[in-house]
Amino acid sequence: MRALLARIGVVRAVIFFLILIIVPIVGGPVWLINTLIFTIMYAALASSWNLVGGYAGYPSLGHAAFFGLGAYAIAITFNKSVDGGYVPFIVLPIVGIGAALISLPIGWVAMRTRADVFAIVTITLLFIAQTLAFNLTGVTGGAQGTSVAVAPFAVDTYDWPFYYGMVVLLAVAMGISVYFRRSKIGLSLSTVRADEEKAHGVGVRVTAVKLIAFSVSAGLVAMVGGVWAYYVGFVYPQFAIDPLITIGMVLMAFLGGRGTLWGPVLGAFIMVPAQQYFAYTFGASELYLVAYAAVFLIIMLFLPRGILPSIADRLRKRRATANAREDIIPAVDVAATEGTGVAQ
Amino acid sequence: MHEIVQAIILGILTGGVYALMASGQTLIFGIMKVVNLAQGAFVVLGAYLTYTLFVDTGIDPFLSILITTPLMFVVGVALQWALLRPLHSDDVAQLSLLVTFAIALGIEGVLSFTYSTSLVNIQPAYANFSWTVFGYQINMVRFFAFVLSLVVLGALYLILQKTKFGRAVRATVQNPMSAQLLGVDSQRVSAFGFGLGAATAAAAGSVFGMLNAFNPGSHYDLISRLLTVVVLGGLGSIGGSVVAALVMGVAASLVSALASPIWSDFSFFVVLLLVLLLRPQGLFGARTRGAL
Repeated sequence: MRALLARIGVVRAVIFFLILIIVPIVGGPVWLINTLIFTIMYAALASSWNLVGGYAGYPSLGHAAFFGLGAYAIAITFNKSVDGGYVPFIVLPIVGIGAALISLPIGWVAMRTRADVFAIVTITLLFIAQTLAFNLTGVTGGAQGTSVAVAPFAVDTYDWPFYYGMVVLLAVAMGISVYFRRSKIGLSLSTVRADEEKAHGVGVRVTAVKLIAFSVSAGLVAMVGGVWAYYVGFVYPQFAIDPLITIGMVLMAFLGGRGTLWGPVLGAFIMVPAQQYFAYTFGASELYLVAYAAVFLIIMLFLPRGILPSIADRLRKRRATANAREDIIPAVDVAATEGTGVAQ
Repeated sequence: MHEIVQAIILGILTGGVYALMASGQTLIFGIMKVVNLAQGAFVVLGAYLTYTLFVDTGIDPFLSILITTPLMFVVGVALQWALLRPLHSDDVAQLSLLVTFAIALGIEGVLSFTYSTSLVNIQPAYANFSWTVFGYQINMVRFFAFVLSLVVLGALYLILQKTKFGRAVRATVQNPMSAQLLGVDSQRVSAFGFGLGAATAAAAGSVFGMLNAFNPGSHYDLISRLLTVVVLGGLGSIGGSVVAALVMGVAASLVSALASPIWSDFSFFVVLLLVLLLRPQGLFGARTRGAL
């Protein structure tokens, strides 16, 4: 049964990624590819956030800081030239590892605290990063921003490398999620989420697994930030380190179902196209903030566990009642046969 | 030397206003164990209400507090009733935190839509008037803002110490379960507590709008400072938050005078990190559940 489920999971993943790979080749309007790049980007971001916010139960509000870190790393390194155009992608793993290393001491401080204070620390991290980006003008260019050299890609397929870059990052984030779920790390993380003190008591290496989750998540987010910077071509503090990016990740993971593999992806595939549609129809970015807040509130109030867990729950319940009904008949039979047995 | 004393005076006066904002936030935490990320947005909302009253009807910003505070109290109660009370889940704390973040975003969105995102400032005729005492400049608006903060904080203190509602609040802060067992209606205390927090934010907002140029996005700056203040003071401790606000006001003002205004924000973050590393329960170590 488990092997079967695993196989279904693999088939699902293969189909999903095949579709993603085929879409640009089949072709489509520019807006579709563009929307998809941002959708996949947010799917990757939400999946990465999910490693620490979902599996470990530490809802970081500061992940946009790492997004900005990756974005600035790429933008500053490739400010003048991008060589053949693919070098930034090759450098990306180094950016990810660097960000993961930088996140270790941050995570160590932040994760000494629980729930509320953790949220405070991480949201402060966001403001620290933004203040630094604005004020270290020598490095980041301050409010003027900094730009990435234009990639020498063919006009027709210009978006492709960025698109596939995001797809690869999404695959990596989901792959790591699967690995987490199947390994001891995932088990340890779920004990941390359920009851950290008890987990510590029975010998789970609480600090180590929390730090692993935090730094892997931060590194992935930084890599996504790097591709984003290269794609949009300019990096300003208010866009690279935007509370809305944090909120986007959190919101999409919550919508789809945090702590699930496909939840964050589903959340992104619902939210980003909707957001683009809203931006396109209403234009005003202010309304979009309100819409964001409204969706957020609706999820929190009516679907606090997210779409996938709620569906799974309902299915389980239905199956349980179905089983219960089936159970009644054999139970009677057993009683009957036993009864006759005794009589005999 | 003169510069330093001047910076300290300025810092204390500013710190008083922060104390007012932070007292509401720490009160909400004390009662509901919710870090209210919308407190900064409440302040900005209060500032815009005052701005509108001042521009459209010419009501003095200090007087407008009599209108904005009750209004924001009602808004606070309504928000708690509609959005926070219905949360039912294993991790109410996490959800409530995110709900307050969503409230902040919503307020920011509505304000940007109504007022646009350009900076505004409430400028009554006496805005730039200041006294010179022993060679030190004391800005009149700042001084009265400080006095007003003391008055509102005093009123808050009286409410908490002398009224039946205050007793219920203090009982809930100390031990929600026993308070409930003794007949305290915790839902009502939560709702009124949230309203009270929003009301103090509104009062602070009126003076904030005179002291600073602001726009709908200003709440991010505010919330990052407020969080530092309440963590430094010990989450849930009103007295602690007042002391912490004064300390941070002076610290930020000194950094601003001696180094650069750019880095005064940073002093908040540095203090926050140090507190969390060295004394995570804050200066006054409020004994609150679920905080740390």
